[in-house]
Amino acid sequence: MRRIHSRLAILGALAAATTLTVVAASADETTGITDKTIKIGNIMPYSGPASAYSQIAKTDVAYMKMLNDNGGVCGRQIDFISYDDGYSPPKAVEQARKLVESDQVALIFNSLGTPSNSAIQKYMNAKKTPQLFVATGASKFGDPKNFPWTMGWQPDYVSEGKIYARFLLKNMPDAKIGVLYQNDDYGKDYLNGLKTGLGDKASSMIVAEQPYETSDPTVDSQMVNLKGSGANVFFNVATPKFAAQAIKKAAELGWKPTQLLNSVSNSVGAVLKPAGLEASKGVISALYLKDSQDPQWKDDEGMKKWNAFMDKYYPDGDKNSSFTIYGYAVSQTLEKVLQGACGDFTHSGIMKSAANLKNVDLDLTPPGIQVNTSATDFYPLQDMQLIKFDGKRWEAFGDVVSGADTQ
Amino acid sequence: MEILIQQIVSGVATGAIYACMALAIVMIYQAIHHLNFAQGEMAMFSTFVAWQLLAWGVPYWLAFVLTVTLSFAGGLIVERLVFKPIENAPVLSHVVIFIALFAIFNSLAGFIWNFEIKPFPSPFGSGALFGGLMSPHQAGMIAVTLVVLALLYIFFRFTRIGLAMRAAAANPESARLVGIRVGWMTALGWGMASAIGAVAGMMIAPVVFLEPNMMVSILLYGFAGAVLGGLTSPVGAVIGGLAVGIIENLAGTYIPVVGPELKLPVALFVIIAVLVVRPSGLLGRKTVQRV
Amino acid sequence: MAIREEGTAITAKGPVSRLGARNWAGILVVLVLAALPLFLTNFTVFQLTMMLIYVIAILGLNLLTGINGQFSLGHGAFYAIGAYTAAILMEDAGLAYGWTLPAAGIICFVSGFLFGLPALRLEGIYLALATFGLAVAMPQFLKLSVIEPWTGGVQGIVIMKPDAPFGLPLSQDQWLYYFTLVVGLLLYWFAVNLVSSRSGRALMAIRDNPLAARAMGINSALYKSLAFGVSAAFTGIAGALGAIVVQFVAPDSFTFFLSVALFVGLVVGGVGWLPGALVGGAFVVFVPNIAEHFNKALAGAVYGVILILLIYLMPTGAGGLVRKVADFIGRRFRSRPDR
Repeated sequence: MRRIHSRLAILGALAAATTLTVVAASADETTGITDKTIKIGNIMPYSGPASAYSQIAKTDVAYMKMLNDNGGVCGRQIDFISYDDGYSPPKAVEQARKLVESDQVALIFNSLGTPSNSAIQKYMNAKKTPQLFVATGASKFGDPKNFPWTMGWQPDYVSEGKIYARFLLKNMPDAKIGVLYQNDDYGKDYLNGLKTGLGDKASSMIVAEQPYETSDPTVDSQMVNLKGSGANVFFNVATPKFAAQAIKKAAELGWKPTQLLNSVSNSVGAVLKPAGLEASKGVISALYLKDSQDPQWKDDEGMKKWNAFMDKYYPDGDKNSSFTIYGYAVSQTLEKVLQGACGDFTHSGIMKSAANLKNVDLDLTPPGIQVNTSATDFYPLQDMQLIKFDGKRWEAFGDVVSGADTQ
Repeated sequence: MEILIQQIVSGVATGAIYACMALAIVMIYQAIHHLNFAQGEMAMFSTFVAWQLLAWGVPYWLAFVLTVTLSFAGGLIVERLVFKPIENAPVLSHVVIFIALFAIFNSLAGFIWNFEIKPFPSPFGSGALFGGLMSPHQAGMIAVTLVVLALLYIFFRFTRIGLAMRAAAANPESARLVGIRVGWMTALGWGMASAIGAVAGMMIAPVVFLEPNMMVSILLYGFAGAVLGGLTSPVGAVIGGLAVGIIENLAGTYIPVVGPELKLPVALFVIIAVLVVRPSGLLGRKTVQRV
Repeated sequence: MAIREEGTAITAKGPVSRLGARNWAGILVVLVLAALPLFLTNFTVFQLTMMLIYVIAILGLNLLTGINGQFSLGHGAFYAIGAYTAAILMEDAGLAYGWTLPAAGIICFVSGFLFGLPALRLEGIYLALATFGLAVAMPQFLKLSVIEPWTGGVQGIVIMKPDAPFGLPLSQDQWLYYFTLVVGLLLYWFAVNLVSSRSGRALMAIRDNPLAARAMGINSALYKSLAFGVSAAFTGIAGALGAIVVQFVAPDSFTFFLSVALFVGLVVGGVGWLPGALVGGAFVVFVPNIAEHFNKALAGAVYGVILILLIYLMPTGAGGLVRKVADFIGRRFRSRPDR
């Protein structure tokens, strides 16, 4: 009985399939683009373990609204569609397909998370739809040869690790380094960057490596081990919550190493305040965006624009959080890319424009840090500025360093 | 040797977190003979309420008492409102409701208070004790846990209501025949579990920082502690929680290569091993089944 | 008497004439499922394929919980094992995707059986906890650095999507849909036969009254472990299909939320009612999307509320509802007086 029905089913499918052969072809060059509108997709974790990052998406949404109010881009209004993937790769795949095939977007912008982006990378490239400015610093997303339609945005973690390595080699060549790192791509990328930057001295300088899982409630145990290893430099590769716990615990343990803090977690409001401003004194990090808490930018043009934007378009947003700064900066980069593609407003045109950013300044990048891409360089931001926390705010020191030299 | 002692002390401190949660779990188990998977989220929600009160300028201890009272009422209301209509539904449907509550509380908390971490003040001050291995807060947390434990123990052992609650959970039909109002006993159990959960949340938040997802992994370790100690024994729950904290730390430090990666699975292995060898836990009461 | 069996749907066979109505309903469903891809976009076909995959997974869970009465909140773990088996065999060993299904089935059967052995000592809530623990631990196991060369660690494994064979004019999505549909039908047929066989009755006896079952000579330990094994095999095959369709496996794909989703799908569909898996699968795939549509920020809360309402309306799931409706209809058309 069942066999007959399966056969019938297949016969029926064959009969009708001829009318459906126009499937699975790559998306048209102008999908999602009309004379009046451009559809842009976005996938973010609004729920689940990474839901803290949804503020970035909300900032992106607000920025697009601001762009639309100011006349849109290339004479077109932006239809920004953002979906939740709960930080789950299969869900990300579903949402990406929905955006590309059902909603017919022109490109997917600022999708967050290494697992989610890894899951959709092949698909996006097969569909020849730009996967622009992914919200992750994993170095795998700057590979134009194999994935010409995928581009990262923020300085990648490996480069940043190398920057810290060079700093140590120059200023503390006999340092004993203890590393706390999240046991995933993000944490391992930083650790590898540090090791690569240290070269042969890596094994002698790094005396302890303590991984933690996001399912660990605290990192106290790891901090105890790190202190016990005799390290006098502490490389803190943790996301905001755990980075704050680590800094707090170090102070409680009476352990005072030179602390290097990864840029993902260097927000004063979101990390240093909970950890304790006193405890955070002397912590070194690197930045590529202006800190909204820093009084030196009080009268800065770019910062003023950001403040006005937040007041008008995202009043519920947390001005103390680096996520709102990040969202604004990456959205502005997209704006510049789109404006550069006005002449050839197609998928390839947009990708070409993205790969042709030369010394671009953003409202929220400090002077000296610029966006640069080329056909072989898919890492838009590689410059970073080393900073030290003085108990109240981040103080820049030294010159702007480029991760590109160390590539 | 020094590291060993340090890890054990640190384990006790972390274990106190699990013990707090384990008490709430044991409480709800005593009331309904079931594990409420939404317990952690309700505790987290209560802690956010406390945070909000503090943000509005309410002094700490007043906010503490208010939150515990509100949580008690909240737990009671949830039971009467959500579970009464389906009291006769099969057990599995109840579990699905727990899951639904989990989703609702987590989502609501994120919606109202957003997902960024917030510092939560401790009434015990900050600083260092025992050469920095424990903070005054963590010591205070252990003390509070023991006080709650003592209160619970007295409640179940020496009061009539405690006895009535245990009876209602163990055998609702017979309890009804003896005149116990089973429905209200269950509601009371929920209220008390929520109140304990609120206390646990307010003790835990200063250490791990307040955010909607803070309780998700702690709940699991709390389950491990409660099962290890015996779901019918509050004292066992505390001992179990502390033990899980210590085991987890030692496993992470001494098992080579995979130690730190397996801290959570170790906790789970503890659950399963205990369940297989001695299902009633270290201090729990053995249930005997009549044929 | 026969009308009641209409609702219960998988217990002992009744008179042939009554079975007819149930079979016609089944045939109609199969025809609709077979015809759907012809009218829908590739994306929706993809979603429907995912739905079918969850149907198979829930079917497996139903065999364990509904038929054999063993509580499992950890089936996501078996789904993960199946998915990784398929991924590793396809990418590292170059095996054709078709063969990964039986391989996943066998490996999951063995793991399920092995897990079922210690689980024999656990009942109800304790078994739930132990399986829940398994589900939560699975992502950690998958990330273990020692097996990273095979599993790809946190990065996961990317898989190539197969094309329709013999040059059939079907898109990849349509082909995978039909492939999954056929596999699903085969597995469903197997499940139905299992349940109406002696073994099935033994499983149900163990569920309904374990002591009496043992007293009657049923080897409870063996059957319970086998139930675990078979159930895991079903879910593992679903996992393998899932890996092929999504083309990506990573530890983050298989968190305990997956186990919870399968469990919820089981209850919504109706515990013990095999066709309910279809309702459960549809729920798992489409309701979160509906909730997100309502309000993105409160999607979780909306989902929870929908779930609560559904349980209120159908405390015993869709199966219970169907049973009630069938009873109602049967009673109205009965010639004999109501008892």
